[in-house]
Amino acid sequence: MILTIAARELRSLFLSPLAWSLLAVMQFILAWLFLVQLENFALIQPRLASMENAPGVTDLIVVPLFSNVAILTLLLIPLLSMRLISEELRSGTFALLLSAPVSISRIVLGKYLGLLGMLGIILLMSSVMALSLLAGGVLDVGRLVAGLLGLGLVMAAAAAVGLYMSTLSAQPGVAAVGSYGLLLFLWLINLAAGAEGKGSALFAWIAMPTHFDHMLSGLVRSSDLIYFILCIGLCLILAVRRIDSLRCKP
Amino acid sequence: MKPLIKTEGLYRYYGDHCAVQNLSLELYPGEVLGLLGPNGAGKSSTLRMIAGNLAPSAGSIWVDGVDLQSDPIQAKSVLGYLPENPPLYPELTVDEYLRYCARLHCVSGGAVDQAVSDAKGRCGLSEVGRRLIGNLSKGYQQRVGIAQALVHNPKVVILDEPTVGLDPIQIREIRRLIGDLSSERGVILSTHILPEVQAICSRVLILHRGEQAYASSLEHDANRVNESFVIRLKQPPELASLSQIQGISHVDQLSKGQYRLCLSGTESSASNLAEQLVQAGWGLEELIPEQPGLEQIFVRITTGEQTPP
Repeated sequence: MILTIAARELRSLFLSPLAWSLLAVMQFILAWLFLVQLENFALIQPRLASMENAPGVTDLIVVPLFSNVAILTLLLIPLLSMRLISEELRSGTFALLLSAPVSISRIVLGKYLGLLGMLGIILLMSSVMALSLLAGGVLDVGRLVAGLLGLGLVMAAAAAVGLYMSTLSAQPGVAAVGSYGLLLFLWLINLAAGAEGKGSALFAWIAMPTHFDHMLSGLVRSSDLIYFILCIGLCLILAVRRIDSLRCKP
Repeated sequence: MKPLIKTEGLYRYYGDHCAVQNLSLELYPGEVLGLLGPNGAGKSSTLRMIAGNLAPSAGSIWVDGVDLQSDPIQAKSVLGYLPENPPLYPELTVDEYLRYCARLHCVSGGAVDQAVSDAKGRCGLSEVGRRLIGNLSKGYQQRVGIAQALVHNPKVVILDEPTVGLDPIQIREIRRLIGDLSSERGVILSTHILPEVQAICSRVLILHRGEQAYASSLEHDANRVNESFVIRLKQPPELASLSQIQGISHVDQLSKGQYRLCLSGTESSASNLAEQLVQAGWGLEELIPEQPGLEQIFVRITTGEQTPP
C-alpha cells in the first residue's frame, strides 16, 4: 500500500516537466562545479606532489562536490516537496486517500518514500560523477561512502521537513516558503555557535552542517546518525498528526 | 436485516456554525437513499463524515456493523465514495488512475485488471481508457469519478451529487447504473434535484439547516393512487359545476381554463374522472396527475412557505 502511493507520487512527478527540468539544471550546475574543481586540482597537482601528507583527490574534489550537492538539494527539495500534500488538499484528491482503507501513517510514509525515490536519483547522479574520477586516479572509498551517507541523510531530513510543511497549507507556494525558512535556519543556525556562551553548543548540535561535516570528513558517529533519525522521525510524526487533525478542522 | 450504514446523533460544527445536527439514518442493502436539501443544508458534510473524510463533532457511525471511529480501516474497506469534486489526477490516464484506485482499496494484484475493466464497462469508459483524465470532458471526468467509487466492488456506494455536469442522456445512464448497483448493495446519494430523487431513490431524507426535516419511503408501484390532477379545459364551465363532479373533494382555479382537482378518496380514479369530464363536453385538453406531495413538502420545508390546501 505504501509502495502504491510512493509509485504514484514518483510517476506523477516525472509526468510533469518539473522533475526533468530540476534534474537537468541541477546536473548542469554540478558538472560545472565539478569541472572547476578538477581544473584547480590539475593546476596545483605539481605542488601537491612535493608536499608530505598532501590532500588527495577525495579531499579536493569529492568533498567540495558533495557539499555543493547538499546546498543545491536544499534549494531544490522545497520545490519538490511542496506539492506532496498541499496540492492534493487544494485539488480535492486527498479525499481519495482519506476514504481509502489506508492509515494516515501509511499515506505519509508512501508520500515520503516517493520523494526519497526522486532524491535517490539525484544522489546516484552525483555519486556517478564522483566515481568517474576512478578512471584516472585513486579514491578514498571509505570517505566517499561516508560522504554519500551524509548527503543521503541531509536529503532525507530536508525531505521530511518539506513533507511536514506541505501538510500545513493548501497553497504549495506557502509550503515551499515554509520549508525554505526552516531548512535555511537549520543550515545557518551554527553561525551563532561561533560566539561564546551557553547556547552555542546547543545551536551547533541543532545545525545540520555540524553533523554533515563529520560525515564528509569520513567520520560516521552514531550521535550524528541519531540526529538525522530524530529529525526525520519528528517531522513525519508531526505530519501524521497534522493530517489527522485536518479531518477534525472546523 | 443488518443496516449497511447506521448513524446516531451525528453533529458537525464549523466554528460556531452547526452544519449537521442530531442526524440519525440507516441504509439497508438494496436501498437507494437520497439526501435532499437546498445548498448548504449539510448534505456534503454528512456524506463526508460517513466516508471518513470528516470527523463528526459528536455521534457515531457504523459501516457494515463496524464503528468508523474505532476501526476506520476495516470500515472504509466496504465504502466507495465520490466526493463533490471528483478526486482525479489530470496527468494520469483513465486506466492508470483506476488501477491506482483499485490497489489503494486493497484489490489483490491479479484481480486489478479485471476490476478496472468491469468498472470501465459499467460507466461507459471502455473507449477512453488510454486517454489522459485532464483531456476528458466534464461528463467523462464525472464518470471516471463514479468508476473510482465502484472499482473495488464496495458494499456501500456514497455519491455526492453524481449527475452534476452531465448531459440528459448521461444522466439517464447514470440513473440506470445507480439502479443496477442498488440491487446488490446500498447506495446513498445527495442531490438538490427533485425529479432525480423521484426517479431513482427508494427512500428520501430532506435536510434543512443540518437537521432531518422529513423522511419517507417513495413507492414506485404503478397502481399508486394519485390524489390530485391538473386539468385544462377549452370551454371551462362555472367553478361550481366542476366541483359537482362525482368523487371530487376540492377544486382550485390555477389560471383561465386550468384547474387543480383533488380526489375525495381511493374509490375515484383517473379514468373515471376523464370519462366524466369528456361527457360534460368541456373540451378536455390536458389531464396531468400531480406528483405526490414531495415537491410541496420540499418547498414548504426549505422556504417556510405554506402550500395551498
